[in-house]
Amino acid sequence: MTSIITAVVVVAVIGAIAGLGLAIASKVFAVPVDEKAEKIRECLPGANCGACGYSGCDGYAQALSNGETTDTALCNPGGSEVSAQIAEITGLSAGEVKPMAAVVLCQGHNNNATTKLEYQGVQSCKMAAQLFGGPKDCIYGCVGMGDCVEACPYDAIQLCDGVARINPLLCRACKMCVASCPKGIIKLMPLHEAKAAVLCNNHDKGVLTMKECKAGCIGCMKCVKVCQFDAVKVVNYCAEVDFDKCVGCGACHSACPKGAIDIIRLG
Amino acid sequence: MKMFAILLTAILTENFILSKFLGICPFLGVSKKLNTAVGMSVAVIFVMALSTAVTYPINVCILVPKNLEYLQTIVFILVIAALVQLVEIILKKFIPALYQALGIYLPLITTNCAVLGVVLLNIDNGYTNGMTGFAQSMVNAVGAGIGFLVAMVMFAGVRERLESCDIPKNLKGLPSTLIAAALVSLSFQGFTGVVEGIFG
Repeated sequence: MTSIITAVVVVAVIGAIAGLGLAIASKVFAVPVDEKAEKIRECLPGANCGACGYSGCDGYAQALSNGETTDTALCNPGGSEVSAQIAEITGLSAGEVKPMAAVVLCQGHNNNATTKLEYQGVQSCKMAAQLFGGPKDCIYGCVGMGDCVEACPYDAIQLCDGVARINPLLCRACKMCVASCPKGIIKLMPLHEAKAAVLCNNHDKGVLTMKECKAGCIGCMKCVKVCQFDAVKVVNYCAEVDFDKCVGCGACHSACPKGAIDIIRLG
Repeated sequence: MKMFAILLTAILTENFILSKFLGICPFLGVSKKLNTAVGMSVAVIFVMALSTAVTYPINVCILVPKNLEYLQTIVFILVIAALVQLVEIILKKFIPALYQALGIYLPLITTNCAVLGVVLLNIDNGYTNGMTGFAQSMVNAVGAGIGFLVAMVMFAGVRERLESCDIPKNLKGLPSTLIAAALVSLSFQGFTGVVEGIFG
């Protein structure tokens, strides 16, 4: 009996000492929280998306507060408005956040893209993409299981006919969907500006692409020849548009035999 | 000379991760990048040394005289957890730079089996004899920590190379990592007997 009591007493005493020590230490060594960082944190949208390049809203607020960064325009979801608020708190200059929205660069919906297998596994793009690159013949395009739909904190994404589509009015350019897409076909584009976008990522040779999808870029170079601004180039059998050079004239769109280039004006 | 033998044994032949298979969770979890692997390992060395320094007197002065050795596991875990929390609070106050550097790893390894393992194995190995025992325990703890560092750094290097390899799709990610871990562990079996051979 005594041995049980000793055991209980020993563990209890050690536990109590440890607990007391911790309680006292947390009071004695308390670190005052950074009030400026707290204030900035309240302005930020709180999506913790990481679009600013920091670990989350807390990280960005901390970095702004201790002078690690002076750029107030890093928050995409918050936009220029939040930048102005941060500038007011920190005394830094407000920056302009170029409004952007995410676009799924794929037109491989069920009518265009052919399928090679009937996928019956877990409904997740990441899982499906591991099985021969996904159920569609084209291994570059949208898998259509909606990983990005789940990832979007603003409910801006929907699946339409086997392809994800993003509502630019709801999109806050947080890049969560960009990170969630196993094919990496979601890109950010500037809002309110007409730009040419290549709605395809197929890097197979044209002959193969034609078999895989009706709307696939076959790398025919017509868009490159017709562009007067040197904004389009073909890399690995697939066209790419430089948004900085593109003026949205639409010449490439008219020249494309597959309808793979479209002039998009978001918002 | 004996101390050196203990140190080498702890680092190479009795490597905590690769021979004793303790602390596999951080080994697989944090070895993706070299700098996080090093950060984690430094924190482990620190916590191992600290917890050995504290649990040794508790074991010798309280548990052994009262015949309570069977309470070692629970008492040690309690003490280590409280201690690491305390260290975290103090670090946050006085050395914020080190606190930032250790980051999440410090609380993470509080209840890691490698840390508990090292204090229990010290007793199993018979390092319980007064000041010599204390010195032996400390050397073994630091050696185990360095062994952890060696394993983590080596494996981080392996994994960084694996990233850019063309691995069959069904082996990508965890499967290839586990196979690589097995091979690294196998290579460490080559050290078996080396220390005994040198120090006789």
